[in-house]
Amino acid sequence: MIKTGFVERNLKILFPLPAVLFVAVMMAFPVAYTLVLSFTNWNLTSGAPPAFVGLRSYARVFAEPRFLAAAGRTFLFTALAVACEALLGIAVALVLDREFVGKGMLKLLLLLPLVATPVAVGIVFSLFYDPTIGLADWALSLVGLPKGAWVSGAATVLPSLVLVDVWQWTPMVSLIVLAGLAGLSPEPYESARVDGANEAQILWRITLPMVMPTILTALVLRTIDALKTFDIIFAMTGGGPGYASETLNILGFKYSFEYFRMGQSSVILVVLFLVVMASSMGIMRLRAGTPA
Amino acid sequence: MIRARGRRAAVRGLFYLAVLLIAVVLLLPFFWMLASSFKTQVDIIHWPPKLLFKPTLANYARAFGEQDFLKYFKNSSIVGATSVALSLLLGLPAAYSIARFAQRRISVFILVARLMPGISFLMPWYIIFSRLRLMDSYAALVLSHMLIALPVVVWIMSSYFESIPLEMEESAMIDGATRQRAFRSIVLPLSGPGIVTSTTLSFIFSWNNFMFSQVLSMEKTKTLPIAIYNFVSYAEVDWGAVMAVAVSIMTPAIVLTMIFQKYVVKGLTVGAVKG
Repeated sequence: MIKTGFVERNLKILFPLPAVLFVAVMMAFPVAYTLVLSFTNWNLTSGAPPAFVGLRSYARVFAEPRFLAAAGRTFLFTALAVACEALLGIAVALVLDREFVGKGMLKLLLLLPLVATPVAVGIVFSLFYDPTIGLADWALSLVGLPKGAWVSGAATVLPSLVLVDVWQWTPMVSLIVLAGLAGLSPEPYESARVDGANEAQILWRITLPMVMPTILTALVLRTIDALKTFDIIFAMTGGGPGYASETLNILGFKYSFEYFRMGQSSVILVVLFLVVMASSMGIMRLRAGTPA
Repeated sequence: MIRARGRRAAVRGLFYLAVLLIAVVLLLPFFWMLASSFKTQVDIIHWPPKLLFKPTLANYARAFGEQDFLKYFKNSSIVGATSVALSLLLGLPAAYSIARFAQRRISVFILVARLMPGISFLMPWYIIFSRLRLMDSYAALVLSHMLIALPVVVWIMSSYFESIPLEMEESAMIDGATRQRAFRSIVLPLSGPGIVTSTTLSFIFSWNNFMFSQVLSMEKTKTLPIAIYNFVSYAEVDWGAVMAVAVSIMTPAIVLTMIFQKYVVKGLTVGAVKG
């Protein structure tokens, strides 16, 4: 037999080792460090070293109305955005699942929002929402409505930001659902047609149930990313007006890099981390429960 | 008969209306950005918004003249190219091993980096890189962007390697080649499409990254997304120049996407459909 060398014998370990070490150093260690810091009251501006205070930073943060509001807002933003993206994304995918003139072009257009720089997208939408020259107000004036407050109103800022997220990420849902639709087996359709089912029945009874696992996958991805939305909010409102668009990610960022309250910011980061992990596992379980 | 045909035509008409609507919604922000980047200040603040105007290049001249935009372009390119290259170096062997030896735990460990909120490692990085005097260094930025690129490479390439039949490696190994030799001279040459997909996508994600660079870079290593953000947040907004910058930032990613359209679609949907 051939004599096998050291690399050959340990390939299973040696090949993934550099990548695993890198992720351990750059991700696992920092996350553990954040967890440790969350039990301290460390404040970078005070110059004092971190002191362990047990759960006191947690108590401080959880009692903070600004934190609770940000947590609620994070869920609201995510729920609104993902719901709109799911409905529109599936609808667009169903349109694109047919053959028509210009289909290739439309599929290319669908990719453009996905690769556009989010900060720049946010800034383009800021121009849309501009109170003196914005296209958004002009659109309202066309149908006889007065100017809107958009991102400068406490009540309108969140839906206005959701709209940006929906524009940018609905194509992601469409793309994934479209790939799912392309992989469906034709047999159920043939027998349904033989039985005389109409288009609507086929859509509700066959297409949607069969493509459901793929839809849920798309929603997992969107939920995870929507919970973490940062760029457009930071660039368009910075969390304002007041705190009206402050999500956990924005709040954590401000606690870390504006107030330098590292102990409390770590608490926020731990919470955000748990929320993201729990949501992904929850939807994953939902997906495991669907047939096919 | 005629009635049925009329109905079918109406349905067709509605269908094309929907197609048109989707196209317009997708394009509108790009169109408005592009149009505004060629407008004079007077045309930009004109109300109602102007669709027809005499185009000018003054915004581009101002954006590239006053600000150090070529430097930011260079920084974004250096950080993107280096972090993607290093991620391929680490990610390709890892993905191969994950694919061939079904190392699920390793793959989950690396992919969790894709799920986690970036800020949960950014805050510790900030502290550590400050201590190591690595703030505003290419090293810190490249390392942080690698955490974006590496999971993309591993995710796309492990499923790509799975699709390459085992027989070719096996026959090479029967002929006396080592496994690592088979990986290098048989598997990798067959992996062009997968490598193009993961390179394109991870480069675009690095190019577009805002949060990591916002914290870890300063004047020396500032990347484009930070440059456009600063442009808006400091001065009185010069919309024409800002839109010229936005066009310049988005163009490379969009051109890459047009060239590698098929690969980008593959990369974005890989793994979403199967079990």
